[in-house]
Amino acid sequence: MIGVLLGCFYAAVSLGLSLSFGLLDVPHVAHPAFLVMAAYGVSYLNERFGIDPLVAGLLITPLLFVFGLVAYRIYYETFERRGSDAGVRGIAFFFGIAFIIEVLLILQFGVDQRSVTASYIGQALRIGDMRIPYRLVVAFAVAVGLTILLTLYLSRTFMGRAIRAVAQDQEALRLMGANPVRIKQWAFGIATAVLGVSGALLVIVAPVDPTLDRSYIGRTFCVVVMAGLGSMSGTLIAAIILGVAENIVLTLFGASWAPAISFAMLLGILAIRPQGLFGRRS
Amino acid sequence: MKRSLYFWAGAILFLLATLVMTQVIGNEYPFFAAYVILQFIVLAVAWSILGGYAGYVNFGTSAFFGIGVYTAVFLVKVAGAPLGVQILAAAAVGAFLGFALGLLTLRMQGIFFSIATIALTIIIETTVTNWRFVGGAAGIQLQRPPVTAPFHSYVQMLFFVQALLVVLAIAVSRYIQNSWIGHGLQALRDDELAAECTGVPTLRLKLLACVISGALMSAAGAPAAMYLQYADPSSAFNLNYSVTVLAMSLIGGTAYWAGPVVGAILLGTTQQLLTVTISSEVNVLVLGVMLVVFVVGAPEGIIGLIRKFTSRGEGKR
Repeated sequence: MIGVLLGCFYAAVSLGLSLSFGLLDVPHVAHPAFLVMAAYGVSYLNERFGIDPLVAGLLITPLLFVFGLVAYRIYYETFERRGSDAGVRGIAFFFGIAFIIEVLLILQFGVDQRSVTASYIGQALRIGDMRIPYRLVVAFAVAVGLTILLTLYLSRTFMGRAIRAVAQDQEALRLMGANPVRIKQWAFGIATAVLGVSGALLVIVAPVDPTLDRSYIGRTFCVVVMAGLGSMSGTLIAAIILGVAENIVLTLFGASWAPAISFAMLLGILAIRPQGLFGRRS
Repeated sequence: MKRSLYFWAGAILFLLATLVMTQVIGNEYPFFAAYVILQFIVLAVAWSILGGYAGYVNFGTSAFFGIGVYTAVFLVKVAGAPLGVQILAAAAVGAFLGFALGLLTLRMQGIFFSIATIALTIIIETTVTNWRFVGGAAGIQLQRPPVTAPFHSYVQMLFFVQALLVVLAIAVSRYIQNSWIGHGLQALRDDELAAECTGVPTLRLKLLACVISGALMSAAGAPAAMYLQYADPSSAFNLNYSVTVLAMSLIGGTAYWAGPVVGAILLGTTQQLLTVTISSEVNVLVLGVMLVVFVVGAPEGIIGLIRKFTSRGEGKR
């Protein structure tokens, strides 16, 4: 049960990556770093002005959106447009960005863990013998809501359909007179904007520290790859699988093995079924 | 052939110079700092064999480095093995790991390969963390054996040993670049499918590169156990090694063996200075910024810039 809730939380932090890496094929290794950065923003607002973390997450969403637009623009101008070799240098580029964010956070806030305060943190829901922390319930609700919202956005709105079209065939879109770069930039902006709420969840569920992004590289990429690149509902299911698996290993072998689970699953999936469990063909 | 002669003359001169240094300079600190730079030269050169020639971005440098460290730790604890044996064993284990990594991941391309190598690093780190015999998460203290002549201190000896490894790594890398292995790797870097179709045994070449690169990286890691007299999983397998080495190679330029050497010397020296004068956080910041700036501004690295300028000069004439 806890595993399922934990999984929903992992889904919430992976949705953005599912969009940017899954649909747009951007090697976005800095996604977890963006996530941790958003979490720090939330914790700052919470501490300074006493704003509820989720509201704070919504507040920083527009900022993140603009940040995403700019980040994609830089990435596009320097790599995608030049074409050749974009993969290798793109990864290095995002890794560099991740490192810069990490260090800036350390310089600004120190290496200590940060957390937020809200009425529902620390309380637990009791059903019979089970104790379910409210913070996980909140994470669950938000994750499901976010998944539904993104799925609807991608299937119902004009822009959402355009994003999926770009993922399928850029050239065709160009021939239709649309500008694929615009659309991709927009999509990347959304992928980053989602991190406002995801970051809020991250810091609600557990305290954050600047180097937390490293363990989330494993979790987010594991979820996205397992989901089969770019499938939103697949992301939710894959994340639940990961959450349950982590929970089982945690109770059987102890916490010291925890970091390896997501990476081991990721490696296994990559080796055996790279198109993911619910994958589109690439 | 003439170039080869110059190369080996240079290598021997370099080794002689380091040897003389250990005899003349009494202060230990320069060796302490220079050791780190040499270590990074080996790592960067080794990384480029796969990452540069073949274009497979390996983030597993920390895995190989850490395996080197822990092979040494294990051997010291079990048998009190001498330094030479530690390094050889580390190279063997690194080669084996490279082979395993290659078999598992080299069919993947681009970011999938990179992510897989990160995954492997974390998995190995977690395993070592849970292995009590070599200290577990808390780490392990090591006692240096007495130093052998002609060196006055152990750090000086490690410095010289690492200098030997530098020459070895560069020689191997240079040989590969100029041989059919290097040409094959470059071909598959440019277009893997085309290379495969024209009869280049891509998978075997990649495996070979991965094995050689892994062996060298682990060999470079082995002396670090004795250098620090301490080892713990979270610093031995720290992802910082991967990113530092990646940055050094890309900044220097990956298409020629000299690129990573230039990058490692430049960045390594800067880092040593920064760590001493400001702080290690700023040090990492500079690393990240330089990586991004070079990747964006000078994709061919310093060597590429130099080539560009010299060829432009020729064009005018």
